[in-house]
Amino acid sequence: MHERPRLTPIQINRDLLRSVLETPLVFYVLLLLLMGLVGGGVVAATLLVTYGLGVTGLNHPVFWGFFIINFVFWVGISHAGTMISAILRLSAAEWRRPVVRAAEVMTVFSLLTAALFVVLHTGRPWRTLYWAFPYDFVRGIWPDVRSPLVWDPSAIFTYLTGSILFVYAALIPDLALARDQTTGWRRMVYGALCLGWRGNARQWKLLNATGLLLSALILPVFVSVHSIVSWDFGMSLVPGWHVHIFAPYFVVGAVLSGVAAVIALMAVMRSLFRLHDYIRPEHFDMIGRLLIVVALAWAYFYFIDVVFALLSNEEAEYQVMKLRLSPPYLYLFLLMITCNVFLPVPIWMFRKFRRNIGLMVWTAIVVNIGMWLERFLIIIPTLQRRHPDAFAWGDYSASLVEITLVIFSFANVALLLLLFSKIFPVIPIWEEKEGHIWKREFRIGKLRLPAIVRE
Amino acid sequence: MPSVLGLFQTADTAAAAADRLQASGFGPTDYEVLTGAPYPEGAFGEDSGDHRLFIFPLGGAMIGFAVGLMVTAGTQLSYPLITAGKPILGIPPMFIIIYEGTMLGALIFTIMGVIFESRLPNLTNDLYDARITEGYVGLVVRCEDDAQADTAQTTLTEAGAEEVKQQ
Repeated sequence: MHERPRLTPIQINRDLLRSVLETPLVFYVLLLLLMGLVGGGVVAATLLVTYGLGVTGLNHPVFWGFFIINFVFWVGISHAGTMISAILRLSAAEWRRPVVRAAEVMTVFSLLTAALFVVLHTGRPWRTLYWAFPYDFVRGIWPDVRSPLVWDPSAIFTYLTGSILFVYAALIPDLALARDQTTGWRRMVYGALCLGWRGNARQWKLLNATGLLLSALILPVFVSVHSIVSWDFGMSLVPGWHVHIFAPYFVVGAVLSGVAAVIALMAVMRSLFRLHDYIRPEHFDMIGRLLIVVALAWAYFYFIDVVFALLSNEEAEYQVMKLRLSPPYLYLFLLMITCNVFLPVPIWMFRKFRRNIGLMVWTAIVVNIGMWLERFLIIIPTLQRRHPDAFAWGDYSASLVEITLVIFSFANVALLLLLFSKIFPVIPIWEEKEGHIWKREFRIGKLRLPAIVRE
Repeated sequence: MPSVLGLFQTADTAAAAADRLQASGFGPTDYEVLTGAPYPEGAFGEDSGDHRLFIFPLGGAMIGFAVGLMVTAGTQLSYPLITAGKPILGIPPMFIIIYEGTMLGALIFTIMGVIFESRLPNLTNDLYDARITEGYVGLVVRCEDDAQADTAQTTLTEAGAEEVKQQ
């Protein structure tokens, strides 16, 4: 953006293809570590499939636990890609350039991980297909389209497909670049993936038009996905969940956690691949400003949810909220609200702090701890008081299998991102070069001001 | 048909070369400009032609809508099981899946559209140089015969091309 240093196309190629062409020792260390954690998850998943849901802490009446919390959490993280990429592309925000691909790819991997948790949650993964998709032509029994649990797969499938296509479309010119900069089998693979891209004026014109079209198309899907996830709860008659405000509240929460996760991802990329000239403090500054608005919007929705539950004079709603606001959940509630609003927002208010990358990463991690707790507090206490009669109340504590699988989910997304960075450029090289083409300097009096020219 | 590729170090020299080509009798559709990044449309005086990309998502949306309708209405009508006294064809829940189908169709067809309209996959062995992705600008002139190819080669060389290739 304005602080972009002057770089030649050869320098940009060299810097941004470094992650693809060179493999530092730290890559192998991270790979081994993450593969170990993912391996642990595979063992836990095998135990789950072999012995069934009995290895989890799920029991009457709490039948939704860590898996569903994690599902909602990762669907939330997946909203970063569209938020960052589509909205900033449509609004021609110049600072989007180094951030968009990582955010889009994180969307894909987060969604895959989220979907995996629903499958695991069923305890019988092989049955999930005909619960969700109408393929059982032999018996003629179909999924009930009136159930939100059927809406979910359709929304996630659309969002996942759209996100993959979004990533791929913007990757084509960079695949052509990788083809030109590599030899042997790599050249052949990149050549096949780029479909023979040449970079003529027509192709660029169409690619830009496609970026805008896909952005415009994926935005309504983005809103629908977390709305539909919220309706998994909202459409039920369970006190505490049957709340009309859930859809926008979930979408805003998803954006908060997703965009915060992008901060952490950007910082890791900047450090791991030495991308200091591309991912600069100004990018963290801009995202910090965006997060102030999102965090305050989330706080507003949460406040409304609490106030309506406490003052609507509905006993069941009141009792659920009272449970959430009583020990031991009170401590989690206080931690959550501190992590999501009271701690990060004052920090993001100051430009100096927004440009402090280390501090921004910590706020991002804190926000995501808060958002995970938020999903925990929506699901667990509510199900504990699902029934009005005290004899049907219950408790929940996660088992080692569930905790291992939660750790697995974080390792899985990180591992997939690491592998992606080894195969494809993590920053869109052509977009970065386009930014340089549009960059100009203006002289006003004694000042030389960097600026971006737009059509 | 022979073609000639001229490689230029800067966009300005490439644009000047394009002017010279037009002065030599080549039309804006006779040459193709290859770059490693998008330049503003018309920066080299080329004509990249019209496209129908915007029709594709529309067609995809219509197909997605139809599939969504078939899946929701078809499955419920083929096994009409009334639950909670609700109608077999409940419009609000059907709308959600139809909506997702419509958007999915539009997204898939947009990508199909850009691939089709960009003339991809390109399996021809057209003139190209890897230096284009290093910041060079390539001008590929499609000629009708060898004499025209020689004219193009001379024009590009005189315009300051760093290298000129003929095929």
